[in-house]
Amino acid sequence: MDMFLIKRKESLNPTVSLMEIEAPLVARKAQAGQFIILRVDDEGERIPLTVSDYDREAGTVTIIYQIVGATTKKLDAKKAGEYIADFVGPLGVASHTEGLKKVAVIGGGVGCAIAYPIAKKLHKQGAEVHAIVGFRNKDLVILKEKFEEVSDVFKIMTDDGSCGEKGLVTDALKALIDGGEKYDEVIAIGPLIMMKFVCKLTKEYGIKTIVSMNPIMIDGTGMCGGCRLTVGGETKFACVDGPDFDGHLVDFDETMRRAAMYKEFEKHSYEDTCNLLNKEVE
Amino acid sequence: MPNMSPKKNEMPTQAPEIRSRNFDEVALGYTLQLAEDEAERCLNCKHKPCVSGCPVQIDIPGFISKIKEKDLEGAYDVISKSSSLPAVCGRVCPQESQCEKNCVRAIKGEPVGIGRLERFVADYHMANNTKAPVKPEANGHKVAIVGAGPAGLTCAGDLAKKGYAVTVFEALHVAGGVLVYGIPEFRLPKEIVRKEIEGLKALGVEVCTDMVIGKVLSVDELLDDGYEAVFIGSGAGLPRFMNIPGENLNGVYSANEFLTRVNLMKAYKAGSATPVKKIKNAAIVGGGNVAMDAARCAKRLGAENVYIVYRRSMDEMPARREEVEHAEEEGIIFKTLNNPVEILGDENSVVSGIKCVEMELGEPDESGRRSPIVKEGSEHVIDVDCVIMSIGTSPNPLIRNTTEGLETNKRGCIITEEETGLTSREGVYAGGDAVTGAATVILAMGAGKNAAKAIDEYIQNK
Repeated sequence: MDMFLIKRKESLNPTVSLMEIEAPLVARKAQAGQFIILRVDDEGERIPLTVSDYDREAGTVTIIYQIVGATTKKLDAKKAGEYIADFVGPLGVASHTEGLKKVAVIGGGVGCAIAYPIAKKLHKQGAEVHAIVGFRNKDLVILKEKFEEVSDVFKIMTDDGSCGEKGLVTDALKALIDGGEKYDEVIAIGPLIMMKFVCKLTKEYGIKTIVSMNPIMIDGTGMCGGCRLTVGGETKFACVDGPDFDGHLVDFDETMRRAAMYKEFEKHSYEDTCNLLNKEVE
Repeated sequence: MPNMSPKKNEMPTQAPEIRSRNFDEVALGYTLQLAEDEAERCLNCKHKPCVSGCPVQIDIPGFISKIKEKDLEGAYDVISKSSSLPAVCGRVCPQESQCEKNCVRAIKGEPVGIGRLERFVADYHMANNTKAPVKPEANGHKVAIVGAGPAGLTCAGDLAKKGYAVTVFEALHVAGGVLVYGIPEFRLPKEIVRKEIEGLKALGVEVCTDMVIGKVLSVDELLDDGYEAVFIGSGAGLPRFMNIPGENLNGVYSANEFLTRVNLMKAYKAGSATPVKKIKNAAIVGGGNVAMDAARCAKRLGAENVYIVYRRSMDEMPARREEVEHAEEEGIIFKTLNNPVEILGDENSVVSGIKCVEMELGEPDESGRRSPIVKEGSEHVIDVDCVIMSIGTSPNPLIRNTTEGLETNKRGCIITEEETGLTSREGVYAGGDAVTGAATVILAMGAGKNAAKAIDEYIQNK
């Protein structure tokens, strides 16, 4: 009960990997939009990762993570067949997709890992899905074929134009809206700055926009309040009230400042871990 | 001959100037000689007034007599008949308002140091016992416990002793609840908690960590899975904030978050994977035991000035006297009759100060405490870079939101029958902070104990 098997691992790009974790009880209940909390080993910190996919029969939950700090670096050092110490979930409220008929799903970078299961769910329920995904360049593109399978319109944007069109996801969204597309809702998941600007754009057009927040968390059950953010002037806990929120009400500037709280610590901790892992390799 | 000294034998402690720089235990515990001397202060009263003050009804004169007879394992056996976590209770119970309050010796002096003796006996047992506990014969019935804190562990221990197959589901990655995430190492070493839980496991209790009941499994699914009764001891985990401007600035913590980072995630140790802010000056808002714990942790993490900001006076402070004294000795500065109105931030949105108003005490309110009134024109700023909100917690809504027919009151606390802990659902019992709102470890243990008795009767009479 106390260790969780990594059944499969796949590198999606140089900094993003996918893992299928054996966690039958979590797989039985997981839904798109929910998250899990994991610890790599007994000394590890608790980090939240959104559920990217699940297989109820096989009893596995898929997570996709970007190597951004010490913990994801340590996680990435694990191979298929090895174990991680803790895997808790499913936590948070599942994404509401009921009644949606036409939706623009926007993913930025590793946020596509979270946007994809929502696009898939919408597609399965018969909604028209327009997916817009953005990456810095072609080497970082993930889940392209998966998105193509579940979307009616698929746009890929890169900062340098090395894949799809050159530009930002907001450029593509604006072009579609200006071209006459009418969306019931826009769902945007990616870096805070991207979600902020998607919301700025959709507010001008009066289109309801849902964003998925991924702030710093510890327990993930409402106990610590570290993940709090301001939504429509009220304090909410991302772990129990979210992670999905009405993007037009989220105070993104405050959330960005809070996300940077441990930046210095994280940088040192990342470098230490890299050094440690390099030593192990030598 | 009884020892007629009017004073308790003092508890040896680490010197304040040393202990305020480390996380080792403050109170060092009685020596055998001190314990025997203190035991002789007990008059072995026939009517045992102390026992009626104990939420789990330990035979106090009984175990103290065993100490006098130099039978320390015998003393342990007496305690463990009533308490599942004696090494914990000996450390964190508010004995001054329970057993010791009723002690006859307190009429003309200080009461017998019952808590200190309990701790001594439990520590002696932990250090010297080599006997493996006898696993009781299974009675073929299964009970599920939600939450591995003081209430759940006590209920589990009592049921296991009666032969039940008990499974405890814990949301975090270790068992112990507030004993591991809340109460700091220097008041309750985590090794002690671990050993107490090992003791329960040896009785046959199964502990499943990483299980958030209400998410991964519901209470109803547990009942469908063959558990004949469920005890909910999920605590009061949800932190409250004041809803004043600036509470979301960087450097503002709930006491829960701060203590969880420091205690559960071991942020006080060099090389910990979980960070905690490097604090220069901290304001802790609140006057309870949790506020004292947070203040003393902040000091130990290297903060220069640590303030307790409390809106009433020292007399109304809900923290244990001993905790307040320890905090004062360690240099914590008490800003009583002060109430925060705003938290100020610098250009990077990092806390730079806390704006307070001074208060004076008016008429008593419904809690019987004199209610504080704002003094006109008393606004002032205390320079701090960290604020820790320690103004209470509420029960977590996860279980009540996912258990149909489970009645709760307007504060979100589960409604139960007082004697038994029975909820509005058949076979579902609850106790501890999930029922009372934030209270003490020992009250939670008392509730767990009563529920265990009621669950046993319920299953046996089915």
